[in-house]
Amino acid sequence: MLKLPIYLDNNATTPMDPRVLEAMLPYFTEQFGNAASRNHPFGWQAEEAVDYAREQIAQLINCDPKEIIFTSGATESDNLAIKGVYEMYAQKGNHIITATTEHKAVLDTCKHLEKQGARVTYLQVNEEGLINLEELEAAMTPQTILVAIMYGNNEIGVLQNMRAISAIAKKHGALFFSDATQAVGKVPVDVIADGIDLMAFTGHKMYGPKGIGALYVRRKNPRVKVTAQMDGGGHERGMRSGTLNVPGIVGLGKACELARLEMESDTARISAMRDRLERELLTLEESYVNGSREHRLPHVTNISFKYVEGEGLMMGVKDLAVSSGSACTSASLEPSYVLKALGLSDDLAHSSLRFGLSRFTTDEQIDYAINHVKEAVTKLREMSPLWEMFKEGIDLNSIEWAEH
Amino acid sequence: MAYSDKVIDHYSNPRNVGTLDKSKKNVGTGLVGAPECGDVMRLQIEVDEATNVITDAKFKTFGCGSAIASSSLATEWLKGKSVDEALNIDNMEIVEELALPPVKIHCSVLAEDAIKAAINDYRVKNGLPELEAAKSHH
Repeated sequence: MLKLPIYLDNNATTPMDPRVLEAMLPYFTEQFGNAASRNHPFGWQAEEAVDYAREQIAQLINCDPKEIIFTSGATESDNLAIKGVYEMYAQKGNHIITATTEHKAVLDTCKHLEKQGARVTYLQVNEEGLINLEELEAAMTPQTILVAIMYGNNEIGVLQNMRAISAIAKKHGALFFSDATQAVGKVPVDVIADGIDLMAFTGHKMYGPKGIGALYVRRKNPRVKVTAQMDGGGHERGMRSGTLNVPGIVGLGKACELARLEMESDTARISAMRDRLERELLTLEESYVNGSREHRLPHVTNISFKYVEGEGLMMGVKDLAVSSGSACTSASLEPSYVLKALGLSDDLAHSSLRFGLSRFTTDEQIDYAINHVKEAVTKLREMSPLWEMFKEGIDLNSIEWAEH
Repeated sequence: MAYSDKVIDHYSNPRNVGTLDKSKKNVGTGLVGAPECGDVMRLQIEVDEATNVITDAKFKTFGCGSAIASSSLATEWLKGKSVDEALNIDNMEIVEELALPPVKIHCSVLAEDAIKAAINDYRVKNGLPELEAAKSHH
């Protein structure tokens, strides 16, 4: 029996893999030691577990285990990277380059620094969601200390060209930070080949636990340092104080190991389901995929259904747990700023759904989702005066809409 | 957001979805709202010219569940009422009937505006003066 609602919001968070939970459990009870306790076996065991997790993580992203700084999650990693670099490299300059489609944890951190004297350039993206590399190069100045561009976008899954971006940053002597929260564990991420100097990621987007994340900080070519944002015991090479979350770290390590071993087979299966879902939903007239389909994470698709209102659509797909580009249900009426950045009109941004698949998604669930969405869109269009006008060939822009 | 059972009922089983022939003299059409605002309602009434009674009402709505329910309910209430009685439908009655939360009151306002617009269209078609703009609840 199919259990409803079906979870297709895996860009928000993933369920934890039972194998991850199993690895974590002993570290809550029997092996509860503090990894910083140097004087007894409880501490040694914890430290050993943390070191092992560091290796599991390092193997997934091709770095040295010493280059992993544990944090509470991607938001903290984003903050530590950007604020930490801004403070550490203040003598070199105050200019940061980022993009309008970044996560709020990056954008709001940059806005915070602007109040403290930083100069920030926000690059626009094209209709595919990609930044323009020439614009990036043109924005570089001798004062540019950091380029912050995400790996894969959380709303549309679009993958930026890491290697080209890092080459430009390097050429101009700036560091390159990437928020890779959505990408690590889903696509092959290699900090050496990709030329990344700092990289944020988290456990709960890759079948690991919530409350644990990491910041990769390069140790050579160049040696990168960030100013700590919390004062304390000087853990994590002085960059992030606080007793290590040993069970969380063990879980993140295990999740990374599973991702490394299973990514290839997972990706083949998940992307086949994603493609089928997308292909079927695009058989609905006036439906559009948002963002590049070529440069994209394998497990996500974001589709707009024209002439259907977003909140009504969400109500119609009640058997699915998905996200909408419409923020109507929250306090703000503004639609997704990411979709707006692609050039979508408000109504098209409002009527979008994001489907995020996972390792645990089944073909049966996708079959159900396809029918459920098709039914909802068709029913709402039959009820929509805009759809009727469109079908009659009336240009909706020619109508003088009554203010209300 | 939690919807009331009545909103869910109207959303799932909308009454009187459809289109009346707007070229007929005894059909009044009201189109209110705007796509950018996320709500467009079209409400139509068919009037028995001899008795001045609304014999049929249809709607189509682009909007959230509350907007769909407000217009669906409005069509139910309109049928069988005289045009003059229909003018007295107040948006707060819709709010009460559907238990709309404060953020959705505008859906009921839109439904009331749609009723008045449809009646005005009918009046103008039949050589009657257009009514003053309805009292504002906005």
